Amino acid sequence: MNIFALSVSAILVNNFILSRIMGLCPYIGVSKKLDSAFGMGMAVIFVMTLASTITWIIQHYLLVPFNIGYLQTIAFILTIASLVQFVEMVIQKMAPALYKSLGVYLPLITTNCAVLGVSIININDGLSFIESVLNGFLGGVGFTLVLIIMAGLRERLEKAEIPEHMQGMPIAFILAGSMALAFLGFSGLKI
Amino acid sequence: MNYIMIPSLMIGGLGLAYGLVLAFASKKFHVEVNPKIDEIIEILPNVNCGACGSAGCAGYAEAVVNGEVPINLCAPGGVNTVKKIAEILGIEATVKEKEIAFILCQSGGNDNTLKRYDYQGISTCKAAVLVSNGPNYCNFGCVFQNDCIAACKFDALKLDERGMRVVNPDKCTGCGACAKACPRGLIKILPISKRVHILCSSHDKGQEAKKRCGNNTACIGCTMCVKKCPVDAITMQDDLAVIDYKKCISCGQCALVCPTKAIYDQLAGQRKKAFILEDHCIGCTICARNCPVQAITGEVKKPHTVDPEICIGCGICIQKCPVKAIQWK
Repeated sequence: MNIFALSVSAILVNNFILSRIMGLCPYIGVSKKLDSAFGMGMAVIFVMTLASTITWIIQHYLLVPFNIGYLQTIAFILTIASLVQFVEMVIQKMAPALYKSLGVYLPLITTNCAVLGVSIININDGLSFIESVLNGFLGGVGFTLVLIIMAGLRERLEKAEIPEHMQGMPIAFILAGSMALAFLGFSGLKI
Repeated sequence: MNYIMIPSLMIGGLGLAYGLVLAFASKKFHVEVNPKIDEIIEILPNVNCGACGSAGCAGYAEAVVNGEVPINLCAPGGVNTVKKIAEILGIEATVKEKEIAFILCQSGGNDNTLKRYDYQGISTCKAAVLVSNGPNYCNFGCVFQNDCIAACKFDALKLDERGMRVVNPDKCTGCGACAKACPRGLIKILPISKRVHILCSSHDKGQEAKKRCGNNTACIGCTMCVKKCPVDAITMQDDLAVIDYKKCISCGQCALVCPTKAIYDQLAGQRKKAFILEDHCIGCTICARNCPVQAITGEVKKPHTVDPEICIGCGICIQKCPVKAIQWK
């Protein structure tokens, strides 16, 4: 599997939000402003890459040798939660500026299903270590892309004349649906 | 046995390892934060409702400690939370005085309105004032279509048996929705402690204003109240007397002299007089100098007395007395 195919697959075809339907909470919740959407996206890229790395190691050096693959979910959640906590502490100490910009989004990602999702997908698809790390990173990029598009659209919608009963959440949901339809077009790509 | 031992050891070991790493990290990478932030987080309701505009209670606590936001934004916490935060930060709690709506017009009821014509259009005030300047004879008064009642979300405005709109001071939150809804601008949001109000908004000149008012309580611009006011709180603005509520002491003197009863004094007949305790009075003359009606007499360094006939019960002397020798009687 070459890197280009992996990128297109992770970012567009199998986009986490719009085709795998994962991580919808930040997709709706953190897409009101472009700034915070960008911050959230960066945090997700960071955590997904790290989580893919660590969970691949856990899977192949702990779960498989000891034949306890059925504990995958609980082991991964434990790992991701601790990892995010640890990373948060390190960033807070080492890079206060980065911590400020990622801010509240880091702990929010702990329980984001997209992070657990990418870890499990990596294993199920039988990706190698390098591919897993790349898949995690690119999945995060795809997530950020969609989040930023959504935030940009919603910022413009703020100024649009929308009927009162459609303002806020209703129009956001319709927007989300239309975007998912648009991204459905990528699923026909043959790579 | 291995079926149980290996998985439990694995997961337990994993948990232990992560726990140890985190414990070590929390020591190693400990960042000093302002201890006040933690104290305030404990006081806040911690429901993370976001009513304050910050991202959760922790965010609000930090912003408060940094002085970025006011301390009275926490709606679920209420007054007690504000007081506790103020204690921690060592600043004074600024709980705002309650304000309620006052309707500055005494006309608009069933029996106290002169009508120019019978209005049968859309029953909102906004529509009514557009039809040759409203159905009532007075160009400034209430057009009785009750937009204010419709605007009130707290059920604080009601029609009484005479068809007048009455504000329930307990229910009114001073949100100002009725004031915005009134096309004539008759409703003002004022501190609840202000008890004397000029209940007329007519800028018509003397006789004209009186003729048009169905209640016969229009301000005729005679300036009697302006002259009588002990603190110069009343000014004439286009033939209408207007109270400056920053200066007003709610003494009710204006209501006594108003020839048309346009001024309403909620405390009329209930006012107490000032009384000086002779044992406590040190004869500093501060009260005598501050009395707006010269009701206090007495020589320097000797106990002063209040003439109850002249005293208007404004309470200025009670506030000014340095030794708290003056009381209500």
